[in-house]
Amino acid sequence: MVSEQRVFAIPNVQTPSMPVTFDPNVCKGCNTCVEVCPIDVFIPNPQKGAPPIILHAEECWYCGCCACDCPNPGAIKFNWPLPLKPRWRNKETGKVSQL
Amino acid sequence: MATWHEYLIKEGRPPAWPYPVRFGQEREIDTDVLVIGGGIAGCWAAISAARQGVRVALLEKGDVSRSGSGGPGCDHWCNAPANPLSRVDPDEWAVHMADQPYCNGIGIQIQCRENYDTLLEMEQMGGKIRDSEDEYVGAEGRDDETKLMISPRYGVKHSYLADFETVEPDYNPPEKRNNVVIRVWGSTFKPLLKKECLRLGVQVYDRVMGTSLLNENGVQGARVVGATGLNCRTGEFLIFRAKAVILATAGAGSLWLMSMEHGGYSNMHSRNISGDGTVMAWRAGAALTMMERSGGIGIATGLKHKWYTGAGDASYENVPIVDAKGRRLPYPIQGWEDAGAMVASPETEAKIRQGVLRGEYELPFFGDFPAMSDVERRATWLMMLGEESTTKIIVKTLNEGGFDLGRDQLMSYKLIEGQSPPQWREAGYGGGVLVDWNLKTTIEGLYAAGSQMFSPEDHSFCAATGRYAGRKAAVYAKEIGGDLKISREQIEQEKNRILAPTKRTSGAEWKELHNGLTRAMQYFVSEFKTERLLKMGLEEIERIEAETVPKLFALDPHKLMRSIEDLSMIEYAKIIIQAMRERKASSIPLDFHRIDYPELDPPEWDKYLTVKLENGQIKFGELPQRFWGNMKEQYEAHNRDYTGVYTPNK
Repeated sequence: MVSEQRVFAIPNVQTPSMPVTFDPNVCKGCNTCVEVCPIDVFIPNPQKGAPPIILHAEECWYCGCCACDCPNPGAIKFNWPLPLKPRWRNKETGKVSQL
Repeated sequence: MATWHEYLIKEGRPPAWPYPVRFGQEREIDTDVLVIGGGIAGCWAAISAARQGVRVALLEKGDVSRSGSGGPGCDHWCNAPANPLSRVDPDEWAVHMADQPYCNGIGIQIQCRENYDTLLEMEQMGGKIRDSEDEYVGAEGRDDETKLMISPRYGVKHSYLADFETVEPDYNPPEKRNNVVIRVWGSTFKPLLKKECLRLGVQVYDRVMGTSLLNENGVQGARVVGATGLNCRTGEFLIFRAKAVILATAGAGSLWLMSMEHGGYSNMHSRNISGDGTVMAWRAGAALTMMERSGGIGIATGLKHKWYTGAGDASYENVPIVDAKGRRLPYPIQGWEDAGAMVASPETEAKIRQGVLRGEYELPFFGDFPAMSDVERRATWLMMLGEESTTKIIVKTLNEGGFDLGRDQLMSYKLIEGQSPPQWREAGYGGGVLVDWNLKTTIEGLYAAGSQMFSPEDHSFCAATGRYAGRKAAVYAKEIGGDLKISREQIEQEKNRILAPTKRTSGAEWKELHNGLTRAMQYFVSEFKTERLLKMGLEEIERIEAETVPKLFALDPHKLMRSIEDLSMIEYAKIIIQAMRERKASSIPLDFHRIDYPELDPPEWDKYLTVKLENGQIKFGELPQRFWGNMKEQYEAHNRDYTGVYTPNK
């Protein structure tokens, strides 16, 4: 909760801010994604074993190599920004879904 | 806690820069062949040079394991007419492929002759090129003996345009297909290329961008004897001495539009591409060509840059496109039925549009996967899309998100996504470094491969030409000897240039500079081209250089790297404008339309325009169409010693 903590004067958060989400229970902080990412979207977390920190979120080109090459399946989930979420339709029922 | 601001809130301070900061510290490296750019072409160049027994260093802005446009994957190995299932002669097919104005006949010939060998070498390294687990038995195009999977692409000819006979029954029967394109499991390739580089002893410098070439004694146009680099994590300044240098950084970047935040435009190229190599070649005095060419960029409403915004949007390759009521639309589907056509004719586009407006078709459209046979839809979903570059992650997240291939239709954004504004353009359509039959540039010691060259093609083109350039550069490096006269003055100038933004903490940051450049390009270098507008564009960019660049600031090595990219793009933009002003005619194949010179492709302008720096002055030149001569004869004259597929224990 922000209200219980110190509120800092910081610039607007980048858009999008989270091209991926990490599951801290699965991620072992091995930093494979930090090394694989061609963009340096991530930096290693100073706390050893913790998921990397997303630093250059808005430079992500959504190549997906971080998630595809992650040695701990489920640690990284791709989080498409809202305007990029794809849609599909059940052919029988016509129900439209979105990621 | 994974974001920067969460760290700040929790820790009460921002994270420290995680790498040692070494702005300006120097490191010198000696090598025989230096490859700048570790994408597909660069990796193949490094591997092939190393296999010739020379010392090789490879620079890569990202990490070689997944960097470059082809880093995430590759679904089609195009133009492999030497494969055992092909029904065409490689040399004849090369002539057929090159039968278009302003192409790269040298690269096409190399691709047609050598890229099946290249693919077999990929297989030697562990790359998957066959359906060895019999997952796709029964899929059209699968050969049960070799287990190679032929793609519907280029079934009748090499075009993506629909043939007028497409609608005829039995238009593309199996026994008549060219069989020149092979489906591959390309997401396995790039890490294996890095592994092979390391196995061969290539010195791999990840997170190092090339910034300049070093000419002998610092004289522009003289032999290239090395290069400088910047470590994008530490700011360290690297000086490479090399007997030969191969440029493989690909072409232009986002010159007309930088839309990172919304990921809104369609671009097949890596985010890291920024014209660095082309500008390095230019400053060193090498000739470029086709720089006046540009093309429109598509908007990928659904997912950034893939799927394509073509007819196959949302589905692609053999997937029928239907309207909201399930009516089949007459779009080509890049499938067996239309021999790989993916672009609808203007008549078909107009017919569909009118049909929508009259209520005959209802929006939105869908890719009808459930209508396909199981094996065909798996082949499209898991190979065409699952192995292709950045679509692999799309397939993965859709599968995890509940999309069911046998049940669900994927939405297409045709018509509802609109058209990209005409002022949004892309320079990655042909401009690049001029090369000869050795893939040598116009200056000694400097070679180019893949998308660094003029008029490049696809992934396998980059692989085959990289492999070829590595071979040629290694031969040169062996012959030339080691007396490399590097100029300390040239190094100092370059060091001052690239470190300048680190001396300031406020002023203009790289994104503002980049956006200012794109705005100038949108206003003055887009749909409406006249001498006056182009001149205003050039003056505006020169103003940016004079007034904003001296204020550029970079707070860490990463931002410095982006700043240096922007400086490359400024130079790249200026070259484009100069070339555009020089071509005083319009042209359909160059997608180049001047209001003040409206005549389309007049015979006197049916030629390549070349451009280079000589003593700091721009010099234009020209070359005729097909300046490369007889492709088969030239290839054979230059490759008498070619030994085919690499033998690992040789």
